[in-house]
Amino acid sequence: MNKELKRVSIAVLLMFIALFTSTTVIAVFQVDTLNGDPRNVRTLYDGYSAERGPILVDGQAVAESKPSTDQYKFQRVYSNPQLYSAATGYFTLNQGNTGVEGALNNYLSGNANSQFFDKINSIITGQPPKGAAVTLTLNPKVQQAAWDALGGNAGAVVAINPKTGAILAMVSKPAFDPNVLASHDTKSVIAAYQQLIADPKHPLFNRTLAGDLYHPGSVFKLVVASAALDSGKYTPDSEFPNPATLPLPGSSTSINNAEGGSCGGTPTVSIATALRLSCNIPFAQLGAALGANEISRYAKAYGFGQALKVPMSVTPSFYPQNTDQAKLMLSSFGQDEDRVTPLQVAMVSSAIANGGNLMQPTLIDHIAAPDLSVIQPFQQKVLSQPISAQTSATLTQLMVSNVSSGAANNARINGVDVAGKTGTAQNGEGRPYTLWFTGFAPANDPQVAVAVVVENGTSFGNAVAAPIAKKVIEAVLSK
Amino acid sequence: MQSRSSGEAPASIGQPIDAGARATFTNTIRLRLRAPAKLRNLELFLVLFACIIVGGSIALVQLGALGTIDPTVLIIGTSLGVLAIAMHVVLRFVASEADPFILPVITVLNGLGIAEIYRLDISRKVSGWESSGIRQIAWTAMAMLIAIAVILLIRNHRVLQRYRYVAMFVGIALLLLPMLPVIGETVNGARLWIRIGSFSFQPGELAKIALAIFFAGYLVTARDSLSLVGRKFLWMRFPRARDLGPILIIWLAAMIVLIFQRDLGTALLYFGLFLVMIYVATGRASWVVLGLTLFVGGALVASQVLGYVGGRFHAWLDAFNPTVYQAQGGSYQLVQGIFGLAHGGLIGTGWGLGRPNIVPLAESDYIIASLGEELGLAGLFAILALYLLFVSRGFRIGFAGQDDFGRLLGVGLSFVIALQVFIVLGGVTRVIPLTGLTTPFLAAGGSSLVANWIIAALLLRLSDSVRNQPRLVVE
Repeated sequence: MNKELKRVSIAVLLMFIALFTSTTVIAVFQVDTLNGDPRNVRTLYDGYSAERGPILVDGQAVAESKPSTDQYKFQRVYSNPQLYSAATGYFTLNQGNTGVEGALNNYLSGNANSQFFDKINSIITGQPPKGAAVTLTLNPKVQQAAWDALGGNAGAVVAINPKTGAILAMVSKPAFDPNVLASHDTKSVIAAYQQLIADPKHPLFNRTLAGDLYHPGSVFKLVVASAALDSGKYTPDSEFPNPATLPLPGSSTSINNAEGGSCGGTPTVSIATALRLSCNIPFAQLGAALGANEISRYAKAYGFGQALKVPMSVTPSFYPQNTDQAKLMLSSFGQDEDRVTPLQVAMVSSAIANGGNLMQPTLIDHIAAPDLSVIQPFQQKVLSQPISAQTSATLTQLMVSNVSSGAANNARINGVDVAGKTGTAQNGEGRPYTLWFTGFAPANDPQVAVAVVVENGTSFGNAVAAPIAKKVIEAVLSK
Repeated sequence: MQSRSSGEAPASIGQPIDAGARATFTNTIRLRLRAPAKLRNLELFLVLFACIIVGGSIALVQLGALGTIDPTVLIIGTSLGVLAIAMHVVLRFVASEADPFILPVITVLNGLGIAEIYRLDISRKVSGWESSGIRQIAWTAMAMLIAIAVILLIRNHRVLQRYRYVAMFVGIALLLLPMLPVIGETVNGARLWIRIGSFSFQPGELAKIALAIFFAGYLVTARDSLSLVGRKFLWMRFPRARDLGPILIIWLAAMIVLIFQRDLGTALLYFGLFLVMIYVATGRASWVVLGLTLFVGGALVASQVLGYVGGRFHAWLDAFNPTVYQAQGGSYQLVQGIFGLAHGGLIGTGWGLGRPNIVPLAESDYIIASLGEELGLAGLFAILALYLLFVSRGFRIGFAGQDDFGRLLGVGLSFVIALQVFIVLGGVTRVIPLTGLTTPFLAAGGSSLVANWIIAALLLRLSDSVRNQPRLVVE
């Protein structure tokens, strides 16, 4: 009888091991998917009943949870909703979260792994659970200056500290009011959300890093020039033929320079002059000479086609690689299939400004637990080194003369060497232009790299985008 | 006088013995006599500890869900602690060598169940006799009194062996009782209840004890003929029809329960109990295989033929499928219970701080998911460990017992508890299809409590006789 008993004991033990395993699988290994299941209303209630951490800019809360009297206990409040909407995103009851609210939801709600011991601590001490506070790198003065300078235009401004990658300004217009979406009245939230989605101006897009992306136009010449100079095959003085029009191979169309005529009127033209006057024909020839592979290599090093989180996901910018000669020429001055985010353009300037080192751009200064201990400090990281220090110095010189005596002269600031490049991208026959400016200042000790894009332009980048960038740079330098 | 008699005992063997050896011998006897007191002291200590855990749990429930301490419930709860200690005192007098772990373990389990049921009452805002918590406390008190009565009445468990056929008829009668027209009642699709006035009871719970007694008694007398006599067919030896008769009756009874009372869990429980006891008694593994094949085959046929069984299978295999989730009688409860367990995570939300009330039947069938949500995986492991301890103490009777009837009964009763825990928690966590059964000692339900406390009382009685057998302890 004992032999049978032993076997039955083992069977009982196996039954219990099955239960230990099944409960562990549910409570440990499947926890994230189960808690993320939209049918799990507990997560929903929890998201509101714990005090969500604030989002801070320069010590001031731009998003915070205030006690409310309804079943959700807390109400999310945005103190300067439109100005910071691109960075904060929105936090809704059941329409999802975006921006920092979405990307750092775990930290803000107090559920990140690094907050596990804080959670235990709050259980032991009986303190109500609280999420971590996220401090952004945004500079309120620069952000406000960018917002004001952009005025009523649809577009975006990104300013980065090229030495650290800290994003100083992130403005996307038209913006939206996240307070409307944070309401606990689901019906009104859905109505407001539908209205925002239906708006043809797409206020919910964060144009700085996502949305429909833009043709870069002439600002892409910086990438082509980088490839030319850094490869050692060309110098700023390398000369190209200078016709007034250039027929595209295998096509009946031809390309012109933006101002019409040849580039500066000489029989040949140098890369330096072509960049300063932003001529298309020499860059089409240069691009054709370099080849798509070489340009693509540099574009990638600048961040094109790469997944990036700041901590929101950035839509990768695009440079077409397998293309015919005509398309290669068009894409060499930022047309054809080239597509960029303003953040990507700012990254190009930022790398040139920082001696060729591209710093990982980020919005997060640090994340602090409710007891103010820092959970995640500022993370400074070199993303890549697209060009050498020497190339960066050469390009800086070219960009400075671009502003001081070239096509970007509206960004000039008294007493400061501003490096810059404009762009006026075409979006097809009869459609308005996309106006660009990107650059950095001061040229000898860069404090800020900036990218400005204005949609639906009728004039040039220098006329509209450069003055906006100038105000942003002034806001950084005046502090 | 006493010292002289103990001194004379070894002398009567007829060998000269020196003073030193005599003293050692006396000490050994004293140790043997003190051991029961030690056991009972250990039990007392553990019962008090159990009461502290339960009291603390109820207080934490109030702090978590109410925000304040409400002394009335604590005072009512204290009366149960008094009853547990009363049971301990009874054991001191009539079963002084009973297992010291059984009473504390079930006191904690029962108390944790009350705390969680009370917590669910708070979220439902019910009080008085409306609240399942108060009713559960009353039922616990009654169950404890009945358990005390069982210990006092049954001084020698061998008496039970005499009434094995009575137990069989009582068991079957209890099983069939809910099918009677007037008093039978259908709850949640299962016809398991009888109702007389406002008093309802699930007689099937008590039937499992009667059947365990019958199996143990019958198998002890019939094991030889079952295992040795019979015709060999293929590779298996089949018993004679008259030996097999009672077994077939029980199998039929289980199937009737399955088909007419719509209760998969109970059928599985009886069948498992029966298989294990027949295996332990006869050592015939092939019968276990045969029995399991019969049951699994029956269940598979039932899943095809009977709609409600098929629904359970679907909900088990494809719980997260939206159509199954939304279907009437689909996997909504199952999925919400799993969400609760996941919500609890490793350490749980804390007493009174989770949302277990989202799950239907959170206080009865789903009490284990409710506890899992508020106490986390850590709490669930502790509860499972308590069950494992309880079951292992029961199995100890099987290993160390002196008479085969007692050994079989001990194994059968403790296996019932183990299997019931497996069926319930296995159903909740999708190891097996979900069937409606109560979690022993934890779940709300009077009949289940009474039955399980009687099982505990019988195990205590059996364990006392294990220890009471004269054994040579002279080293």
